This record gives sequence, C-alpha cells and structure tokens, in this order.
Amino acid sequence: MYLTNSNEQWERLFNIAIDALPPMLEGAIFYTIPLSIISFIVGIVLALLTAFARISSVTPLQMIARVYVSAIRGTPLLVQLFIIFYALPAVGVTLDPFPTAVIGFSLNVGAYASEIIRAAIQSIPKGQWEAASSIGMSYRQALFRIILPQATRVSVPPLSNTFISLVKDTSLASLILVTEMFQRAKEVAAATYEVLFVYSLAALLYWIICFILSILQDRMERRLDRYVSTN
Amino acid sequence: MITMQGIHKSFKSVNVLKGVDLEVEKGKVVVIIGPSGSGKTTLLRCLNVLEHPTKGSISIQDHHLDFNKRIPKHKIAAFRRLTGMVFQSYNLFPHMTVLQNVMEGPVTVKKENKATAKAKAEKLLNKVGLADKKDHFPSQLSGGQQQRVGIARALAMEPEVMLFDEPTSALDPELVGEVLAVMKELAHEGMTMVVVTHEMRFAKDVADEVLFIDDGVILERGAPEDIFTHPQHQRTQQFLQLIE
Repeated sequence: MYLTNSNEQWERLFNIAIDALPPMLEGAIFYTIPLSIISFIVGIVLALLTAFARISSVTPLQMIARVYVSAIRGTPLLVQLFIIFYALPAVGVTLDPFPTAVIGFSLNVGAYASEIIRAAIQSIPKGQWEAASSIGMSYRQALFRIILPQATRVSVPPLSNTFISLVKDTSLASLILVTEMFQRAKEVAAATYEVLFVYSLAALLYWIICFILSILQDRMERRLDRYVSTN
Repeated sequence: MITMQGIHKSFKSVNVLKGVDLEVEKGKVVVIIGPSGSGKTTLLRCLNVLEHPTKGSISIQDHHLDFNKRIPKHKIAAFRRLTGMVFQSYNLFPHMTVLQNVMEGPVTVKKENKATAKAKAEKLLNKVGLADKKDHFPSQLSGGQQQRVGIARALAMEPEVMLFDEPTSALDPELVGEVLAVMKELAHEGMTMVVVTHEMRFAKDVADEVLFIDDGVILERGAPEDIFTHPQHQRTQQFLQLIE
C-alpha cells in the first residue's frame, strides 16, 4: 500500500517535470539567457565608459559618473525596474517588457562593474603608465595597449560574480511581465499546486546555468594567467 | 645637445630640485651620483617629463620646452620620443613576450609595419644577448635579463639620448655585470647617456662627466678622476667615503 502510494507520487512528480520543463526551458532560452547576455555586454560598455570618466581629470565627467554609480547602487534593483517600466510610458515611451528589462539590468551592471574596472585599472602599477609614456605612447594608447589588458586579468573573477548575480537577478523581470524562466515556473506551480517541487526545479536550472558560467570563468582565468610567473 | 636651465621641481611644499643647470654634449656619458633623496632621480625624470618641472626650461636638439608656460600634450609626446628610459624596476609589459615588448613602441607609436619592427627587435635582442628568450614572458626571466630587455625596448624607438634610472639597483650582485656590459657597449658606440647610479666603477670607467647632486642642487661636477680622487666639496667627500 505504502509502496504503491510512493510510486504513484514519484510518477506524478515525473509527469509534472515533463510538463514543466518545456515552458521553463523556453523561458530560459528565449528570455533569461539572452536578457543576461545582452544586459551584461551593454553593461560592460557602460561600465568602461563610467570607469574612464571616474579616472579622467575632467571634473564634470567624474561627477556624472559618481552620481550614476551612487544612484544605482543606492536603490533596489526591483524599484529601478518598476520606475523604468512605469515611468517610460508616462513620458510617452512605450517599450516592450524585454527591452525595458535590458535597460534596467544594463544600468545596474554598468554601475557595479564600473567600480570593479576602476579598481582593476588603479591596481596596475604606476610604472606601467610611465614605461608606456617613455616609449612615446599617448594616454589612450597606454590605456588600451598596456593597462586594460592587465586590468582584464584582475577583473575577471569579480566581473564573473557580477554576471552570475545578473543571471539570478533576471528572475525579477517576471515582475515587469517578462516571461522568463521564473515566470514560467510560477505559472506551472499555480496550475499544479506542486509549489516546492516546481520552484526547486527552477532553482536547479539557475544553478546549472551558473555552474556552466563558473567553468567558463575558470578557463578564462587560466588563459589570462599564462604570463604570470608560476614559481 | 641637452640643455637644462633653472630647473625647479617641488612636490606640494617640498622642493626637490632647486635650480639645476645642465649641459650634455652629443655622444657623452654623464653620470649623476648623490645621496638618496638628493633629487637625482627626479632630475632624470624631468628630462623626459615624467616629472613636470615647476620652473625652468629643457632643450634637446631643436626641441625646446619652457615650463614657465603651458605646454601642449603633443609637444611633450614629441619631446619624449627623443629619449629612451630604463627604469630601476624594469617596468616591462608583463602581458607581452620579450619580442612584443621591444616591438610595441615601433608598431603602436611609430606605426612601423610589423615585419620591419620584428626584424629590428630581433637585432636589438641579439645585441643585448637575449635572442633566444624572445618568446618568453618577462616573469620567466631573471632581473638582469629583464633589464636588458628594458634597454632593448628603449633602443627600439631610436632615441637620441638614453636615460638610466638606477638600472642595477634592483639586481642581485651577480647580475649587475651583464647590464653594465650592455651599457658600456652603448657608450662605446657613441650613444648620449645620462645615468643615475651607485656603481662607482661604471662611473670611473665610462663617464665623461660626473655630477654630484645634493639637496636639489648640483654641488660639484667634473671628470670622474677629479671627482673621485680629489673632490672639492666636503659633502662630496663624505658621500664618497660612505660609498667606498
């Protein structure tokens, strides 16, 4: 009796998994993953510009960068997403949920990653700038040829953190009507009442994505470490 | 060839250089000695404007910088191209191989084509005795080898003057010789050189003129045999006694 019951229970969960996985994977493939990748790329470009502004000698640029970083870091991501989602239509800009989410997440990554990149640039010894100037390089040449390649190595671990956080944060996009993975999980959970099981399944999928990312991080670190002394 | 006039440099309220005049003729080797904190490194760094003098002027060949006025960046960049700098801590680019380090200036700054730059870099590495290390990263080399790459990197820009900032101070004693040998060879080839160093043997053997700098001024200058055998100034005598 007990055994039969247990078997039936497993079979029921298995069937729910079979039903739940396609919509959740769809949410991951069409929303969670592209949203993460696009936002990260746009965010890194923003972060570089912000970091350059912070280390520049032009005071207004420094100020703009400081205010931007402070505002984004000082307010909750969910509140930012809601403001963008509800504020843009109010000023006559109507965007679909997905682009709205890209804007929100990119601004967020831009602020956090700019601090990482700034710190990485500033961690490169002053002698590297001097050596670059001594062979006649301009500020820009020194920055792009000498400093940034070295700063990249330093910033891969913290930027990977940012990326992994971003992947998980995209679940917040469900609250501005993006049908990403967690939104689809909520729908399945509501339909089947297997709340614990379905959300655990969602958690597992996030974990798998992040695990793959950490493997990529490892590889990248190893590749960038090849010039560093091993003795 | 080089003329420095009334060079002053202060960092905040500290006056490091208090009016330095200096002349260096083409093909001459000038060695600057002096106690630590005397301003000798600052003086050398003013010559390629890594330190921006507070007052005074510097000319190298027909390039003239007057630090009493604002100087546009491109003029400083052009001025820097006249000098090659060798640093105490080498400052090689760690993410580039030895060959790439030497090619970087010619390719990125002078826009030479890669094949030409590579041939030239290989010749220079051969000259400093490191042709077989060209594909190594700096972290795989000894200090002496890194410093010789530093010299080749500076030479690749074909400077008129080579500046050496305590090039052997960071080296283990047994590695000093190989760097000094390269510097001697350069001197014999007629390179104009300004060298800050504690290597008195090098100064005696190679220098055309030795300057003793103390507390931001040049206290004494002359041929090495004069400075080393009968220094006029008491401070010079004290310093040389401490060094011996």
